[in-house]
Amino acid sequence: MGINFKKETFRDDYSFKNSPEQVRRFPFPFHEDGYMYSVNIEPHVGGRTGTVFEHLFDVDEHYVSEMQDRAMVLAEDPLRCQSLPHMTLAGWDTLELLMTEKAKSYPEHFSLTRDGDKWHWINRPLGIDDHFTFGDTSTLPYGPLEYITRQSQGDFAVLDQRDNNLWMDAGIVTTQADWSLDFDIGMNFFEWHAPVPLAHELGIFTRALKFLMAMQQGQPARRLNWTMTINPRLDTSPENFHKWGTDRATVTPENVGQKVHLRVEVQMFFRLPRSNALLFPIRCYLIKMDELVSSAKWGRRFHRVLRDLPDELAEYKGLVRYRPTVVEWLSKRDDGKPTSSGYGPD
Amino acid sequence: MKAGSNRIEAVVTDVVAVNELVKRFHFERPDGGILPTFSGGAHIVVEMRDDGRTRLNPYSLMSSPLDTRDYTISVRRDDVGRGGSLFMHSRVKPGQSMVISNPVNLFSLDLRAKKHLMIAGGIGITPFVAQTSQLAGEGGNFELHYSCRSDALATYADVLKQRHGRRIHVYRDDHDEKLDLPRLLAGQPLGTHLYVCGPAGMITWVRNTAAAAGWPAETVHYEHFAAPQPGKPFDVTLAVSGIGIRVGEHESLLEAIEAAGLDPPYLCRGGVCGQCETNVISSDGKFLHNDHWLSEEEHRSGCKIMPCVSRFEGKSLVLER
Ligand code: HEM
Ligand code: FES
Repeated sequence: MGINFKKETFRDDYSFKNSPEQVRRFPFPFHEDGYMYSVNIEPHVGGRTGTVFEHLFDVDEHYVSEMQDRAMVLAEDPLRCQSLPHMTLAGWDTLELLMTEKAKSYPEHFSLTRDGDKWHWINRPLGIDDHFTFGDTSTLPYGPLEYITRQSQGDFAVLDQRDNNLWMDAGIVTTQADWSLDFDIGMNFFEWHAPVPLAHELGIFTRALKFLMAMQQGQPARRLNWTMTINPRLDTSPENFHKWGTDRATVTPENVGQKVHLRVEVQMFFRLPRSNALLFPIRCYLIKMDELVSSAKWGRRFHRVLRDLPDELAEYKGLVRYRPTVVEWLSKRDDGKPTSSGYGPD
Repeated sequence: MKAGSNRIEAVVTDVVAVNELVKRFHFERPDGGILPTFSGGAHIVVEMRDDGRTRLNPYSLMSSPLDTRDYTISVRRDDVGRGGSLFMHSRVKPGQSMVISNPVNLFSLDLRAKKHLMIAGGIGITPFVAQTSQLAGEGGNFELHYSCRSDALATYADVLKQRHGRRIHVYRDDHDEKLDLPRLLAGQPLGTHLYVCGPAGMITWVRNTAAAAGWPAETVHYEHFAAPQPGKPFDVTLAVSGIGIRVGEHESLLEAIEAAGLDPPYLCRGGVCGQCETNVISSDGKFLHNDHWLSEEEHRSGCKIMPCVSRFEGKSLVLER
């Protein structure tokens, strides 16, 4: 069964919306009626049908439009994709991982034929049919990382592992929650996490780093993170803050349902085989408040999470200005009934 | 979450006697499919089933990372060890099914290096066989200095010379050839990274010489698996699971914990990765620390032990497991 790719926008007229099927498979990130940072890392295994975790790299109805939005961001700002010279091999690792997984998961949309280092890649939704030599950058229109991530939803950070730390030495970042690759490039795990409140004191980062450094190939892991976005904008970057920052002041009780989005990131960790680098895909899913409350449990729970969120987190996530309006709106959809534990809609 | 549990079914396709001490083992998938890609310096853990007990030993991969139709390792016979290498030498035959782990790399190349300078001693040559293949494929700049006892024991020196010509330098003890390390280090271009794998004494010598010559620690990489040592049997109480176990003479503490049905974390099984670190609740006796992970201070404190390689002698030991 093929995917019904939609034509929609993440800017200007913001025509993005989710189909009812897409709403049902939304990766709702709260397993209980409250939220605090934790070392929430679990094995990234595929298999559960009807969820975004069915395949290692989820492709959904927004694929084609998201890739067009990425191309627009890159055209305006090429520094959104960077790779320090020693990271080219990790770029090839990334290309191999994404191509083999996509072709395996979605054979009707992607195919890969390998004859030694002569590769043939077909991406039907984007109309791409390329022959190239694996390992030879001159046979591709872009570097290997940029080539394949222009065809893959979500941002990607590629971390070099050395000196007992991880270093952000390559990546492509166009659908981010207010952080910048150009600013973070070359930083280590503690440096790029410096702005995060409370988590350092909880010892989360030292423990998480220890785990990541020991990660092995063939055993990927994932965690969920979340924030909120006003209007379904993918590129909420510091570089373009002037274009979206003021949207935060436009939330009214009348427009919460359509304008306010929960933004969930499925963050994954893969050890790359040739380079020994770590790949960190950050896949962003957006859902409108109107869509979210179509599940009574999600509506109730998100109300309670947002209402009780520690101020430091609300401040860091940039929700302070519109939180009261959204909590008020959600409270009318929370009948106070208990919620079942776990993520799924009831 | 437990690392190291990803097992691969493999068949031994060939066993080759390389010289009087070393044998090479080739593994393939039963269906002939390709094995996971790896990077030079990676090791696999080989499961050995020996009359009801299981030993798990790490060995560096020495086949080319560019061709993963098979994996090869080389094992040096150790007549006084716990028997893992003896098992490999005497019991493993072509056609046999074995279980190996996914590759893990704790000794990876720093790809920023302008030049890779490699120092090997004895069987420590194996990770460099893979790394030099990888670098040669990428047109990388490297040089290997290899110390061995004699021509007869210069494991893979001929293969390496054939592949990489003048980049390979061999020093034979019985010819009184000796690596002049201070001089070698002094002549290196800026941006060189140093890698060493071999006996413990050699690693210490190389690290100290490099430090004395002003090499920053992050440019000096070393791999040294401490093989688990045999020793007197000892008793341990695992407080969390509420059981008592006995660690046999030829068994590591980690193996004994696993044999009791627990699933503790591990990665290298050689005292370098830190995964198996275990808290000591109480003890009355003497620790025999053999790891390279804990600091000297931690060794003295008696509060932590690395069960993959370290042992204990005394009245009682209670662990948080
Ligand atoms: C190696 C992979 C990782 C990368 C590349 C990464 C990157 C980032 C970046 C760029 C930010 C934004 C910081 C800013 O405000 O500028 C961030 C935030 C954060 N990261 Fe990570 N991270 C990684 C792994 C982890 C792990 C393993 C954890 C914890 C288990 C974690 C926990 C967090 C938390 C709690 C935040 C704040 C998020 C929020 O409240 O919205 N990160 N990370
Ligand atoms: S398993 Fe690596 S230190 Fe014990």
